[in-house]
Amino acid sequence: MKNEKIEQVANQLKKDQKKIDHLRDLENLKVKYLGKKGLITELNSEIKNVSNENKKEFGMAVNELRNSFHQFYEEKKNFFEEAILSEKLAQDAIDISLPAVCVSAGAPNILEKLIEEVEEVFLSMGYDVVDGPEIEQDKYNFEMLNIPKGHPARDAQDTFYIEGEEILLRSQTSPVQVRTMLEGKGEVPIRMICPGKTYRRDDDDATHSHQFMQIEGLLVDKNISLSDLKGTIDVVVKRLFGNDVETRFRPSYYQFTEPSVEVDISCFNCKGKGCSICKKTGWITIAGAGIVHPNVLRMSGYDPEKWSGFAFGFGAERMAMLKYDISDLRVFYHTDLREAKIFDREEGLS
Amino acid sequence: MISLEWVKDYIDIRDQDLEELAVKVTQAGINVEKVISNEIKNLIIGQVLSCVDHPDSDHLHVCSVDVGEGKILQIVCGAPNVREGLKVIVALPGAILPGNIEIKKSKIRGVESNGMLCALFELGLEEKNDLNYAKGICELDDSTTIGGDPLTELGFGDTLYELDVHKHRNNDCYYHIGFAYEIAAILNRKVHLPDTSYQEIKDSITNHFQLKVETDKCPYYLAKMVTDVQIGESPNFIKRRLTAADMRPINNVVDISNYVMLEFGQPLHFFDKDKLGDQIVVRDAIEKEQIVTLDGKMRQLRSSDIVITDSSKPVCIAGVMGGENTEVSEDTHTILIESAIFDAVRIRYTAANLELKSEASIRYGKGLSYEYTKMAMDRACHLLEKYAHAKVLTGIVCHDKIDKKPKIVSFVPEEVNKILGITIDEEDMKTELARLDFSYTLKDGVFEVSIPNRRLDIDPNVNDIAEEIGRLYGYHNLVSTLPVVPLRRGKYVGDVAYRKALSKRMRLLRLNEVKTYTLVSPELASQFQYRNRKNVILPNPMSSDKSIVRTTLLPSLLQVYQYNKARKVEDILLYEISKTYDQTYHEESLISGLLYGNYLTDGWNKSLKVDFYVAKGIVEDIFNYMGFANRYHFQVLNDSSFHPGMSAKVFLDHEEVGVVGRIHPKICKDEVYVFELSLNSLMKKTTQLKFKEANKYPGMEKDMAFIVSRDTLAGEIISTIQKTGGKILDHVSVFDVYTGENVPIDKKSIAFKLYFSDPKKTLTEEEVMKIFYQIVDRVEKNYHAVLRDK
Repeated sequence: MKNEKIEQVANQLKKDQKKIDHLRDLENLKVKYLGKKGLITELNSEIKNVSNENKKEFGMAVNELRNSFHQFYEEKKNFFEEAILSEKLAQDAIDISLPAVCVSAGAPNILEKLIEEVEEVFLSMGYDVVDGPEIEQDKYNFEMLNIPKGHPARDAQDTFYIEGEEILLRSQTSPVQVRTMLEGKGEVPIRMICPGKTYRRDDDDATHSHQFMQIEGLLVDKNISLSDLKGTIDVVVKRLFGNDVETRFRPSYYQFTEPSVEVDISCFNCKGKGCSICKKTGWITIAGAGIVHPNVLRMSGYDPEKWSGFAFGFGAERMAMLKYDISDLRVFYHTDLREAKIFDREEGLS
Repeated sequence: MISLEWVKDYIDIRDQDLEELAVKVTQAGINVEKVISNEIKNLIIGQVLSCVDHPDSDHLHVCSVDVGEGKILQIVCGAPNVREGLKVIVALPGAILPGNIEIKKSKIRGVESNGMLCALFELGLEEKNDLNYAKGICELDDSTTIGGDPLTELGFGDTLYELDVHKHRNNDCYYHIGFAYEIAAILNRKVHLPDTSYQEIKDSITNHFQLKVETDKCPYYLAKMVTDVQIGESPNFIKRRLTAADMRPINNVVDISNYVMLEFGQPLHFFDKDKLGDQIVVRDAIEKEQIVTLDGKMRQLRSSDIVITDSSKPVCIAGVMGGENTEVSEDTHTILIESAIFDAVRIRYTAANLELKSEASIRYGKGLSYEYTKMAMDRACHLLEKYAHAKVLTGIVCHDKIDKKPKIVSFVPEEVNKILGITIDEEDMKTELARLDFSYTLKDGVFEVSIPNRRLDIDPNVNDIAEEIGRLYGYHNLVSTLPVVPLRRGKYVGDVAYRKALSKRMRLLRLNEVKTYTLVSPELASQFQYRNRKNVILPNPMSSDKSIVRTTLLPSLLQVYQYNKARKVEDILLYEISKTYDQTYHEESLISGLLYGNYLTDGWNKSLKVDFYVAKGIVEDIFNYMGFANRYHFQVLNDSSFHPGMSAKVFLDHEEVGVVGRIHPKICKDEVYVFELSLNSLMKKTTQLKFKEANKYPGMEKDMAFIVSRDTLAGEIISTIQKTGGKILDHVSVFDVYTGENVPIDKKSIAFKLYFSDPKKTLTEEEVMKIFYQIVDRVEKNYHAVLRDK
């Protein structure tokens, strides 16, 4: 048996529901049906007019109607609240294409970037990174490196003297090697590199500078050969210039090494075919090196009968110019931030 | 420059491809920079079949020339000596002559010409001068072959090596015999020395000449006399070889002295004996002594120079240049030949002082081998006898104090192998030493090697032997191995470690690293002398803008700032870590920074502009990073380089370690902030890093604001608050500084936030307020402050 009153309210509700299109209407609807004098509320008072046998059924029908109203109300309310939030968020929208706050870190000096990469390779092979004074004594800069006073090798390193022929701005970082050996007192093996500033009387231009950086290194131990030097340099250049780069030694001459070699690498740019970087030769000279001269070992307290070693020297500017394709070395000392900024990044992590 | 055609006199290399040989020479350590061939393509020997006058010229001839293989060419020629039957050098169309002159088919005054008949000077084989011009075209010997290569048949074909040799080998590799030895070692062949024989006449040099050497800087001096010399033109081969070596042929006598020098590396000096008198004294020069040298210039000598004198006056600056007064001339009849060795260092100094670089001084400066001193003199006598009709007097006059002790090295092959990382045995070693022309004895496996004197570069030790063996073995043949040493990771030692750590930190704080010059101008050096460190001034600077060793990095940073500002860079944040030196050579590493513009910005909306407090914040971060929290403070700085109201001295453990502040507007009108700290002072013991647990008990926050006079420093009030607050005052911060309405004009209001806490219990309001009022009381008394009402 259908109760007419309930049917009536249910039908009325169906019609009213269709008209709701705002949260406010929904709230009014709630009052209209579930308020104190709401249509559904009032159905409850109708129950007294229902016969006893139908009372239960009537009650259930009213409850059902109330529940369906609640369900409708919650759904509709959620819908309207979502819509309001969306509208508000839409209003908050910003132009995500506008520039960000620049929070980037500062950049290393380009030369220093190169030097740090070289240092990392050598640190990993057990070399300490050492430095020494830039105002040096003649005896460390020349004499103990087998370059006595009056030796023609001094002419090539046109030196800034400060006090007679005794005090000078170091013309090479080799005196740091001498000092390290003296500290070793002829007793401990040595593995060190000494990147640092050096000074020579050169006019500054695209490829010369009165101040420049050398990365020299020294290994003193037992039974060290020229082949060991080649292998060591090979590790370094492969790390810096790529795994397919080859190392080649050519005979050369330095006072403090014997035998001495010049180190070439196969051109990383043209892979040996010949290009402007390697001047069409397929090879690029990258360092000077050799077996430490017995006189140098002896003067620094290492007995050449027991000890041997190798030494090498890279020009930091030249390496950086090659690696980063820079044609004028003054770039390193002017620091144009527009150029320098990009060097704050990693390279070749894999 | 080495002429390979010349080298062939001493070693057989006819089978060699000279380009390939150059590669071998380079691999063995003598760098051949350039291989230059004087070959000219499309030159051919021809014979003039007929020669008639040009119909439209008074000096041109029209010739028909047989160039072999039945080819007859019509060529117009203007030379006076062209005639029928003459064998000539024909440049065919396509030939490119020196001066980039290309020969083409052409019409000369209406007559077709298919080439050119050449004079030697047109081929670059003779000097271009009036005399050679007048000779006309080159007349070839009748025995030459039509269709052949004229340069080869004339013996003119040559290949030159331009060398770039390391200093140690630039004595023996710059003369032809020395270079021949190098090739001999590479190819394993023998060197044949040139003929040094001559006849001597009865008359002896001792009848005419006496020698005194009064300086120890001339260990070896030989003299020989020749007479009846006939001055004339040199033979072709001498002229050509000198020309190839860039020396101008002069006459047979002068040319011979140069020729022998290029052969043996030994400079000779020829005196006109008749002008010289009968005595030579070699001595140190007298200060300000004068001589007119061969180039006609008056030279003033110093006591460090060596001079050759007759008994009274200088006649030659030893090893550098002869005097005009005893010069060989057209009329010279008798010559005194000097072949000597002088101290290399002295000669270099003299040449440098006089700014007189001569062929002789260059060679003497590099050092000479005594091995060739006599041989070169004999060779000169041989050539003078042969090409200048000279008669050689008997005997020599000689001063011989030179050390002729041979350089000996003893070693076993294993020592060499160890140095090079190769394996060669006793037999290989014998072969290698023989190639090098090193004599040796072998006893019980030990080699005793005697090094020839011409190899001045070799010191008697096994490393030098290894170098010789190694370069011939070929360094490109070495394998790569790694030293057998213990595994470990290296470390940054001493101040390098500090530099690296701080450098990393500066970059994290957004500062960009710069590298600037140690040497600065006096103007730059005078800026920022806030510590009065006295500068090192170079006694002989290259220029005044690089004459002073800096004691501060700030002027250099300011330069980098200006460089970037001029290039429209807006935000400039820089740092540099570098060593500086004062007059006592005391070394101090500095870490310095410069800040300008925005520290942080998006460029269109918000930014944090650089000001004093940003700069100060960076300085504080350095200290905190190094583990020096609570050990530093700042004091007002009064220095003419800094803004008087915006700069501070920085103290660490009560020691002054640097400055921070704005640059004085009279130095830079932009708002630029800098800091500079002594890294030496930062290299202090730091405390161990340990975890500190946060307080679990709730704390209590209290605010207090004071009105104080404007010049009161907030930092001082803070330290008073801290001292008075004692243990339960966790921290204090400033949250407002105010001047303006409600605050008297000469006063300011500073508001502090105090946070109280106790790690062991919850504090009571009573406990806190007791301390609070003690603080207020203390601040009011110390600073004439007035507590503001809330």
